[in-house]
Amino acid sequence: MTTPSETGSFTVQRWTGASIAAVCLLLGAQLLLALGPLLLSANLVDRLTTLFIYGILALMWNALAGYAGLVSVGQQAFFGLGAYAAVRLADAGVSAYPALLLGAVLVALVSAPISAFMLRLRGGEFAIGMWVVAELAHLLVNLDTLVQGETGTSLIALQRYTADDRRAYTYWAALVTMAVLAWLLFFMLRGKVGAAAQAIRDNEEAAASIGIRVLPSKRLIFVLSAFGCAAAGALWVATSITFQPKTYFSVQWSAYMIFMVLVGGIGTYEGPILGAVLFFTIEALFGATGVTYLIGLGATAMLFALLLPRGIWGEVEHRLGLQLLPIGYLLKFGTADREPSGPQRKRSAAATTPATPPTDRASG
Amino acid sequence: MIWANQLIQGVLLGGYYALLACGLSFMFGVMRIINLAHGSLAVVAAYLLYVVAERWEIHPLIGLVAVVPVMALFGWVLHRLVLERSARAGELVPILSTFGLAIVLDNSLFDRFGADTRSLAPYIDTLGYDSWTLPGDIILGKLPLLTLAVAVALLVGLHLLLARTALGRRIRAAAQDPDTAQLVGINARAVYAASTAIAMMTVAVAGAFMAMRATFDPYTGPQQLIFAFEAVVIGGAGSLWGTLVGGIVLGVAQSVGAQIHPQGFLIAGHVVFLVVLLARLYFAHGIRHVFRALRTRLA
Repeated sequence: MTTPSETGSFTVQRWTGASIAAVCLLLGAQLLLALGPLLLSANLVDRLTTLFIYGILALMWNALAGYAGLVSVGQQAFFGLGAYAAVRLADAGVSAYPALLLGAVLVALVSAPISAFMLRLRGGEFAIGMWVVAELAHLLVNLDTLVQGETGTSLIALQRYTADDRRAYTYWAALVTMAVLAWLLFFMLRGKVGAAAQAIRDNEEAAASIGIRVLPSKRLIFVLSAFGCAAAGALWVATSITFQPKTYFSVQWSAYMIFMVLVGGIGTYEGPILGAVLFFTIEALFGATGVTYLIGLGATAMLFALLLPRGIWGEVEHRLGLQLLPIGYLLKFGTADREPSGPQRKRSAAATTPATPPTDRASG
Repeated sequence: MIWANQLIQGVLLGGYYALLACGLSFMFGVMRIINLAHGSLAVVAAYLLYVVAERWEIHPLIGLVAVVPVMALFGWVLHRLVLERSARAGELVPILSTFGLAIVLDNSLFDRFGADTRSLAPYIDTLGYDSWTLPGDIILGKLPLLTLAVAVALLVGLHLLLARTALGRRIRAAAQDPDTAQLVGINARAVYAASTAIAMMTVAVAGAFMAMRATFDPYTGPQQLIFAFEAVVIGGAGSLWGTLVGGIVLGVAQSVGAQIHPQGFLIAGHVVFLVVLLARLYFAHGIRHVFRALRTRLA
């Protein structure tokens, strides 16, 4: 994918040796993980399922905040609705695992009209506006007699499966959902939508002025994020079986998502995955300390926002010019093997555009 | 008659929301920052008052004499350490940092005070339930009336501060254009820090009334933030008088909602918030269009 520019003084490169190796390794790891339930202990399978769900949440929150510039503290609305939809559908006779997927699809459909007016809000108004949506969704779900208010209910349909089968199926469902969403996001971000979203994030007016259709691009990412969070909620109900509205619609989920993305690296593709692994590890180590752990999470998120806004992976990328999953471009000055100023990373699609020949822009 | 009563109780409740929201509205108006720790800070003030009242048997309203300056100092430090840095880093960063702060505050309070719900009601003699009865069995509580009066007084005070004082002029200048304000000799940093301190003083008062009228626990903050935010948005972000109107609309909606359905209190509040949002987005344009058409016809 190396294209010499018109001036000949630098080249535009997307894939590097490191990134090809990383993508191959990632694919290999995903295939290996698919064997998990056959090889690993029950406890480890459960834990990995949790990790995958965190991964989905982090990826979805980052797509929204890191790429479309939409900071939401109300994604628990979709998480809770996804779980609720799964429980409701299973109660109506849909078998358990299809109900998880169908529930997430229904929530995505519901999120489209919500996006129509929430996306007109800016910055902090959008953030808390989404929180209000989550609160309202919580209250409305409580009205359903099936849920029995805060007492909650269970996904009884899952009792058709033995505990071992259930564990394995839920694990695979979580792994496949995470992998599919991650690759979908990867190709979306490399394509037109990614370029549009990042341009909007960096400057909405400027993006609109060069012909980017701002609202449809934002809406696509909003609906995708709603779908992902709903799927995560449905999977969570499949692992824990009980559905208590208070737990599912808790703002805590937003806190977790923000922590994972801020620490991992907001606006980077690899960051949220790293953040999910870190969060998972920290939870395993300190989760038992309860309040102290939560104070630590809040303080860490705050310190990262203030002192290290790029997050860990953002710093790595910035310092080393390393991008393992190539969604940006690499501009190499001089010829490819002689680099006087080193590789210069251009993350923003808008910033890259002038240096990129039109043919290349269309392809990514 | 029951509806008239609900309406009046709603207006009084709205006074509390306006009181709660005026600091949020003030900070948004001056710095364009929405402080997600707003509710949690009100709860911090409530706990401070609780400690003062419990240890020395001091009436919460007298306790405010000590707590208001403490909260002002806290606001100043908050601005210097957190808000200033976040605002420089972009418009999204303050949301994240203040959200993190809210989590830290809520859980620290839990760590220190435990899960017990508290109230300042035992420390205010009979003020909590004193009332006047109007014809038609409409009961006017003295505390809700006092809350509404304090809310109006604070809003008038903030308005006068902005309109009449030198500090107010500096705040307005820095709010409009901090860079130009700097050019004419205004220290925008100090002005913003002072504004945060002023907002935290109102938060202290709001915390006092929250704790006197009801119970609170370490995790009450986020709910209060949502109420305050709804009042601000319904009234029109950044406008102080709008905040009073917004608070009253929210209070009336909740009060009427509670009369319709047992779960209706919160639902009605959220629904009115979303309806106002929708109306503002879609009809504001339409209304402007009508005015423009009228003007051209008249001209």
